[in-house]
Amino acid sequence: MRVVRLLDTALDPAAELARFAAAHAGAGGLVSFLGQVRGGEGIEALDLRHFPPLTLPGIEALADSASARWRLDGIAILHRIGEMPPAAPIVLVAAAARHRRDAFSAVDYAMDHLKSDSWFWKREKRDGAWRWIEPRAEDGADLARWAPVT
Amino acid sequence: MARLVFLGRLEDVAGADEITLPLAAPTPLDAVVAQLPAALARALGDPRIRVAVNGALVAGPALIAPGDELAFLPPVSGG
Repeated sequence: MRVVRLLDTALDPAAELARFAAAHAGAGGLVSFLGQVRGGEGIEALDLRHFPPLTLPGIEALADSASARWRLDGIAILHRIGEMPPAAPIVLVAAAARHRRDAFSAVDYAMDHLKSDSWFWKREKRDGAWRWIEPRAEDGADLARWAPVT
Repeated sequence: MARLVFLGRLEDVAGADEITLPLAAPTPLDAVVAQLPAALARALGDPRIRVAVNGALVAGPALIAPGDELAFLPPVSGG
C-alpha cells in the first residue's frame, strides 16, 4: 500500500505505524523514521508552509519513485504542515519489504528527498521572533548520494 | 485581476502571503512583476525563484491572463 498524507493537526506516529504494520503482516521487515521539531537554542516553534498544487503531488511521486527503485511491499510518508512546538512529530516515513535492506534504503532515500527536494518552506520562532530558514549546502550533498536510475 | 501568491521569505517582502493585481489583458510575467513595489520586484528577480501559473511550474517567459494564479516559490528549506 502507498500512504501519502499532509496533516495540519498532530501526527500520531505509534498509531500510524501500527496501522501500517497491520496492513503488511507478510513483510519480513518494517523500517521507519520519525522526525521531530528540534528544540533548544531558544526555539519556541516551527512553522511549515507548503504550496498545495505541488507539495502533495511531489511527495506522491517520491513515494512512487522509492517503490520503483526498491522491492517494497508498501511505503508511507506522513508529513505535518503548520505550526508545531519543539519535540512535535513532523514527519514519519515507513517502508515494508520482504528483506530489510530495501526498506532501510527506501526510507533513507525518501528522507533525503523530503529534506531537500520537496515543496516546503519553514520558519522558526526564536526568542519571540520568526525567521525563515534558508536551504543548507548539505542538502544538495545528501541528494547526490542517490544516482539516477538508468 | 490576477492573484499573486508568495511562499517562504517572499511573504515577508510582499507583506502578505497573497495579493491581487489589476490585470485587464494577458500580460508577460516580467511586466506583471514590474508593476510591483521596487523591493518586491527586486526580490522576485532572484534567478533561483521558480514560478507556477495556476499550480504548474513554468520555465522562461510566461503570459499571465486575467484570473490566473501566479505563485513565486523561493528555494525550499526542506521538510
